[in-house]
Amino acid sequence: MRRVRLSPGADLDGFRHSVRGLVAEGVPPDEAVFEAGEEAGLFGAPASEEEAPTLSLPRAVADLVRLVVCHADPERYALIYRLVWRVTHGERRLLEVGSDPLVHRLERMAKGVRRDIHKMHAFLRFREAERVGERERFVAWFEPEHHILEAAAPFFRDRFSGFDWSIHTPEASAHWNGERLIVGPGGRPEDAPDVDGFEEGWATYYASTFNPARANTRAMLNEMPKKYWRNMPETSLIPSMLAAAPQRVAAMVAAQPAEPRKRPPTRALRAMTDQEPKTLEDLNRIILASEPLVPGATRAVLGEGRIGSELAFVGEQPGDQEDIEGRPFVGPAGKLLTRALDDAGIPRAEAYVTNAVKHFKFEQRGKRRIHKKPTAGEVKHYRWWLMKELDLVHPRLTIALGATAALALAGKTVSVTKVRGPMGYVGLDGKERQGFVTVHPSFLLRLPDEAAKRREYDAFVADLHAAHELARDLAA
Amino acid sequence: MDEKLARKLRVLADAAKYDASCASSGAPKRKAEKGGLGSTTGAGICHAYTPDGRCVSLLKILLTNYCLYDCAYCVNRRSSNVERARFTVDEVVSLTVNFYKRNYIEGLFLSSGIVRTPDHTMELLIEVAKKLRREHGFRGYIHLKTIPEASPWLVEQAGIWADRLSINVELPTPGSLKMLAPEKNAATIRGAMGQMRERIDEAKEEKRRFSPAGQSTQMIVGADDTRDADVLKTSASLYDGFRLKRVYYSAFSPIPEASAVLPLKAPPLRRENRLYQADWLFRYYGFAVEEIVAGGEGGMLDLSIDPKLAWALKHRERFPVDVNRADREMLLRVPGLGTRAVDKIIRARRHATLRLDDLARLTPGLKRARPFLVVPDHRPTRLLDRADLKARLVPQPTQMELFA
Ligand code: SF4
Repeated sequence: MRRVRLSPGADLDGFRHSVRGLVAEGVPPDEAVFEAGEEAGLFGAPASEEEAPTLSLPRAVADLVRLVVCHADPERYALIYRLVWRVTHGERRLLEVGSDPLVHRLERMAKGVRRDIHKMHAFLRFREAERVGERERFVAWFEPEHHILEAAAPFFRDRFSGFDWSIHTPEASAHWNGERLIVGPGGRPEDAPDVDGFEEGWATYYASTFNPARANTRAMLNEMPKKYWRNMPETSLIPSMLAAAPQRVAAMVAAQPAEPRKRPPTRALRAMTDQEPKTLEDLNRIILASEPLVPGATRAVLGEGRIGSELAFVGEQPGDQEDIEGRPFVGPAGKLLTRALDDAGIPRAEAYVTNAVKHFKFEQRGKRRIHKKPTAGEVKHYRWWLMKELDLVHPRLTIALGATAALALAGKTVSVTKVRGPMGYVGLDGKERQGFVTVHPSFLLRLPDEAAKRREYDAFVADLHAAHELARDLAA
Repeated sequence: MDEKLARKLRVLADAAKYDASCASSGAPKRKAEKGGLGSTTGAGICHAYTPDGRCVSLLKILLTNYCLYDCAYCVNRRSSNVERARFTVDEVVSLTVNFYKRNYIEGLFLSSGIVRTPDHTMELLIEVAKKLRREHGFRGYIHLKTIPEASPWLVEQAGIWADRLSINVELPTPGSLKMLAPEKNAATIRGAMGQMRERIDEAKEEKRRFSPAGQSTQMIVGADDTRDADVLKTSASLYDGFRLKRVYYSAFSPIPEASAVLPLKAPPLRRENRLYQADWLFRYYGFAVEEIVAGGEGGMLDLSIDPKLAWALKHRERFPVDVNRADREMLLRVPGLGTRAVDKIIRARRHATLRLDDLARLTPGLKRARPFLVVPDHRPTRLLDRADLKARLVPQPTQMELFA
C-alpha cells in the first residue's frame, strides 16, 4: 500500500505531484491510499527528491481533475487517480464514454462542484464594512458545500476591482486589496458586518418583483435550495410572501374594474405625437447632444448653408481641419470644392454642404490623427440624421460626393464609377428624391500625376455643371 | 435607503415585474477595468429566485410608471388608478451601483411608461445607461427597452450603451395589438426591430460593439384568443426575420386595477410552459412548427403532455428507435432525451454498445424514453401499440412544472 497525504481542502498541486510519482512508479490504483490531513505535504511514500516527469493528460481530463479535487467527498483523490491510471493505460479517450460508471460518477461530482461555484457567485451577499484606508470595503460570509473558495474567488476579483473585499468561509478566506488576491484562514459568520444599509431596499425589491398569481415554490427550491437561505437577507420574507399570495390574487380577481379617477390627459396626448424636430436648429441641437457613433470623434461638425439652397453637397465625414474649426469643407478638399463650384459657375450661396458622418473618425498615431474611413454600419448609424437634415434644408438636388455619401443616400453600397450622374433615392417618408453621384474632391487631391489631376478635375467640374443644370430643370 | 426612495422602488419594481425577459446572457465576456466595477460572464447569473420560481438577475424596474398610453393588459396604462412614481436618472444609477456592489444583481433592465413623448422617454433611458458606463465605469449588464415610436436615431444611441435591446411585440397578431394597445402599431414595432437587427448584424460583422447580446421580445398569451399555432408561427417568423435571441411568452396574469375588457382568471401557466417547450423544439430539435402543432388538437398544444411526447404518440410508426444506430436527428425526437443526452449517447456509442444501464447513466430521462427505445437488453414489445400509453406517460398531477 502506498499512502499519500494531502493538505486539507482542494490540494491540486500536492495531488498532481504525487500522481506523477505514482504513475512513474507504476503503482496501480488499488495500491494507493489518499488521505487529506493536517500535516500538509508530508506524503508517506513516493517521496523521491526530484520531480517525476509531468503527465500529459487530455485537456478535458485535466479540466475534470481541477474541478473534482474541490469536491467534499473524501474519496475524490482515489477516484481521480483511477481515472488517470486508465487514461494513461490505453484508454486515452475514456472521458467520451459517459456511460462508464467511473466517468459518470466523476462527471456528477464535477457538476456538483461547478454548481456550487456558480451558486457562490450568485448567492453571496456583500455588506459594506468600515474603510481601512481610502477605499471602500465590503465583506461577506458564505458556506460552500465543497472546497471551492479559491476556484470561485477570481470571479469576484474580475468584477469588483474598485473596492477592497473579503470573503470568509468556515475553511478559508479570500481578500482583495486592489492589487492582489490573498488566501487566508477560515473564519466565522461574525467576520462580516451584521447589517448593511441597502439590505432593506433589496428586500423591498425582491418582494415587489414577485407575482403572487404565479406562486411556484418547487421551481424556486430547485434553483435556490434552503441551505443557501441563511446568508441571503431577502429569503426571510418568503414565508410571508407565500402566505399572502392567495389573498392578493383573490382580491385582484374580485375587484370590479374601476373608472379612471383622472380625466384623460387630452392636451398631453396631443402633444405626445409631436416630437419631430421641426427646424434645422432643432435637429442640430439633437446631433450636438448625441454621442458620437465612430471612434475618435471629438465634436459634431454640422452642415452649413441656406435652407432651400438649390444644391446640397454631402461629403464623407469632417477631416482634421474641419474638426478643429468645427465647420464642414474648410480643409484642402473643401477648398478644391469651392474652386470647382466657381469654375462650374455655381454661386457658393446656392450650395448647402454637409457630411454623411457628422464626426471625425480617426486613429491617434503619435501626434497625428489618421483619418479612418467609416464602415457601412457606421454610415447607417448616421443616416437618419442626414435624411432628416436634407428634408429640412429641402434642396432641389442632393449631390453625393464619393462612395460613402452615395451609400448614405441610397442606404446601400453604390459604385461611384458605375452610377456617376443622376441617382434617385428614397427618403424617410418612403418617397423618391432626386440625387446625383460624383467623386469626392479628396480623390482629386490624391491623384499622383498632373495630367490625371487635370483630367479628373475637369470631369468633376463638368459633373457639377450637369448637376446644376439638372437642378434648374427640376425647378422648371 | 430613505423611505421616499424605498416607496419608488416598491412601486416601480411592481410595475415592471410582468416583463419576463430578465436574462443576463449573451454579452461578450468582460472584466472590470482596474479600479472599476462590473463584469459579464456570458451565460448570466440568477442572483435569487422569487417564490414564483422566476430568476432575479437584473434590477428590473421602470423609470416611471406614469404612462400616456392605454394598453388594456398593462397595470400602468393611463386609465388605471395604480399608485404612480418616478425615479430620477441619478436614483436609478445609484440603486444599480449599490445593489451591484453587494452582489445582488448582474446589472440593470430598464424600461419606462411613456412620459411627454416617446423621444423624451427614450432619451431618459439612454441617459441612465450612459451615466452608468461613463461615470461609474460600469461593465455589468444593461438591457434597455426600446420604445418603437421614438425617433430612429435614438435606437442608434441606445445600442452604444446597452448589452441587449428589446421591443415587446406584446400580442401575437397585429389585430389584437390594435384592439388592446391603441397607441401601438405592429408595423412600427417590426420596423424598429428590423432597424436593430440590421445594426446588430453590421456591428458584429465589422467587429464593433452595438447591443452585443442582440435583441429579444415578449408576447403575452391568454389576453386574446390567438391559438398556439399562430403564436408559434409568429415567433418563428420573429426569430427568422429579426434574429432574436429569445421570444418570451408571458401568461397573462391578473393585475391590480384591471381593465374591463380583459378576463381575470388564473394565468395559463401550463400553456406558457408548453409554448416554451415548443419554442425549444423548433429552435434546437429540428421540428417544424406545423409538426409540433399537429401533436395537439385544433391548433392548440396538448396541455397534459409535453409537445415532444405528443408528437411521438401520434407518430408511433417511427418508434422504437435503436439507440446504437439511429442518427442524431431521430434521437432528438425521442421523448425524454435532451440535446445534451443525445450528444453523450453519440460520443459513448463509438466506444461501446450501449445497454439499458449505460443509458441510465447518460440521461436523466430514461423512464420517459424507455417505451420508445431499443437496446440489446430491452425491446418495448407492443408497448407502443397500447391504447393507454398516453395515460401511462402523463405525469401525475403534481404542482405545475415551469421553466425558470
Ligand atoms: S406603453 Fe403600454 S405597456 Fe408600456 S407602460 Fe404604457 S400602458 Fe404599459
